[in-house]
Amino acid sequence: MRLLYELDDEKKLFRKTVRDFSEQEIRPQVEHLWETGEFPYDIVRKMGELGILGIPFPEEYGGAGGDYLAYAIAVEELARVDGSCAITVEAHISLGTSPFYYYGSEEQKREWLVPLAQGRILGSFGLTEPEAGSDAGNTQTRAELAGGEWVINGTKCFITNPGTEMSGVVTLTVVTDTRPDGKKEISNIYVPKGTPGYNIAPKYKKMGWHASDTRELSFDDCRVPESNLIGKRGEGFKQFLDCLDGGRIAIAALAVGTAQGAFEESLGYARERKQFGRPIAAFQAIQFKLADMATEIEIARDVTYKAAAMRDAGVPHTKEAAMAKLFASEMCMRATTQAVQVHGGYGFMDEYAVSRFFRDAKILEIGEGTSEVQRMVIARELGLR
Amino acid sequence: MNMVVCVKRVPDTSESEVHIDASGKDIDKSRLSFGINECDNYAVEEAIQIKERLEGNVTVISLGGKDSDEVIRMALAKGGDDAIRLEDDAFAGGDALAVAKALAGAVKGLEYDIVFTGALTDDDGYAAVPVALAELLGVPHATYVKKVEILEPGKKAKVGRELEGGLMEFLEIDMPCVLGIQTGINEPRYASFKGIKQAAKKEIAVKSAADLGLDAADIGEAGSWAVLEQFTPPVVGEMAEILEGEPDETAAKLAGILKEKGLV
Ligand SMILES: Cc1cc2nc3c(=O)[nH]c(=O)nc-3n(C[C@H](O)[C@H](O)[C@H](O)COP(=O)(O)OP(=O)(O)OC[C@H]3O[C@@H](n4cnc5c(N)ncnc54)[C@H](O)[C@@H]3O)c2cc1C
Repeated sequence: MRLLYELDDEKKLFRKTVRDFSEQEIRPQVEHLWETGEFPYDIVRKMGELGILGIPFPEEYGGAGGDYLAYAIAVEELARVDGSCAITVEAHISLGTSPFYYYGSEEQKREWLVPLAQGRILGSFGLTEPEAGSDAGNTQTRAELAGGEWVINGTKCFITNPGTEMSGVVTLTVVTDTRPDGKKEISNIYVPKGTPGYNIAPKYKKMGWHASDTRELSFDDCRVPESNLIGKRGEGFKQFLDCLDGGRIAIAALAVGTAQGAFEESLGYARERKQFGRPIAAFQAIQFKLADMATEIEIARDVTYKAAAMRDAGVPHTKEAAMAKLFASEMCMRATTQAVQVHGGYGFMDEYAVSRFFRDAKILEIGEGTSEVQRMVIARELGLR
Repeated sequence: MNMVVCVKRVPDTSESEVHIDASGKDIDKSRLSFGINECDNYAVEEAIQIKERLEGNVTVISLGGKDSDEVIRMALAKGGDDAIRLEDDAFAGGDALAVAKALAGAVKGLEYDIVFTGALTDDDGYAAVPVALAELLGVPHATYVKKVEILEPGKKAKVGRELEGGLMEFLEIDMPCVLGIQTGINEPRYASFKGIKQAAKKEIAVKSAADLGLDAADIGEAGSWAVLEQFTPPVVGEMAEILEGEPDETAAKLAGILKEKGLV
């Protein structure tokens, strides 16, 4: 029998490897990471050795030579056990490293893409600012060319991965000029960690994703060579939107994995927990919750894989990526809410994993474009203006 | 050094309820997940580590249907070179001896210094395949091996066998030989993404009984000395004493029993 689509051997083996890795290397540390917020250096370094930090990049640039679908599967499997590890990988690949791969010059690829894809350093992506969230084009950070150098001034907020010992570089949207039509000319410039004038604030305290590294960055007459411009001047905003198409697929995968983790916890718990003399799994009300969770997870996984396969095929996928991100993240919120419900009061207790999944779910409806923004993107793709 | 590793795909029953199927001779596997037999995973790692130290070749062999390709490919992804899968209706229903006959048929056609197997399987647990395989090949064997030191490549090895209570027995063994590997001998690696990509493209040679020159009357159920009659679930309560009552009562009873037996 030939199925309409089935993962090939390579993908199955890869899923198994990431699942085993997550179970054996990450699961024993999850509670500790959640409680302390410590960055999981040992786990991230091991992921680098296995090629997980460079899955969708070519081998000649230090990557694993895989595709976007393999990458989505990895993020899903990591999130099934721990959201912090999953977002660290996601932000590194989709956001921090992708600009070098898609738009970097050969020289920039050699210098930055190689160590990023090999997982020797972590990358981050600075788009969001206090005044530029959903309105990502309202960038205030400026870069002025003076004596062959860009002089950068401004603030970025909520940036993932910049402040760890492994962090190497951040790519930024910056205003480099005013266009003839009066709009901002936005370009993409990278800044290596340690550059004078590049200040990294302490970690934010967050509702979820405790062990991921999220910080505010400020640039105070920060000077980098003119050659740190990625791609052409004025194309920064377009580049970031393009990277976000890919990022949204990976966030959708992160949502599928988070929901899957919460679902498995709930299924196991419902079978064990007895009330009224029976396992609660025998009550139809609980069975229907689990049936709904399983159904929605399956649907979300399918649209996510479809969007990933479209990106791999090189066909336009802005709409599908937004749909996958929108549906999967909202599905994940519903699924984790029901997962806590299945656990009753125990689900409200820190020591039960579903309380963690629940708190990790909310950000998925916000980061890399809120649900409202995804609906705006989809509506625009439908020709509505 | 040329090495052969025999691997088996087995159901993972650690987290699931196990039910006997309608035939009474097997368990219902429809909802179980499958993976490589635990000891075999260590056997694969041991072979690959030796290859990395001393160079050579690792051939992976599995007796089983197409489903077994996944465990074979994982072993290739970790560093195995070639693979053979033995598939034939005639192999069905075999005991440990019949399995060993099939494996011996495949190993005989290869140049080998060490054949690695797991010490036992998670499903049947006979622990007899490595011994029977060595007898059929006419070479020495060691089982429950928890340490391997190559003294002279292709000629001599020192192996540690794990005995009761963690005691280790060391012996020298001539090659070629069969080693049944125990868990914990090493730390099995994860396949790298590059390894997986290469393994997915490798060919797995599928061989039938006839390809190995084996007579159907001599293998599978027909060639077995032991034939599985029936599975029965363990009878509850015969061996165990179930303490009943409120928690404080049962705790007091338990404490009494432990004291009486001199265990606390
Ligand atoms: C943990 C974490 C990690 C992050 N990592 C990164 C990172 O690595 N890099 C990076 O650049 N950013 C990152 N972000 C930022 C994230 O992408 C933004 O928070 C997000 O895009 C929303 O922007 P905002 O927070 O300013 O919300 P706002 O844009 O202020 O939105 C507030 C509300 O208004 C709604 N809204 C806004 N405009 C409209 C409109 N036109 N129509 C209808 N509704 C609207 C929004 O949907 C939302 O509900 C991260 C955020 C978090 C929390």
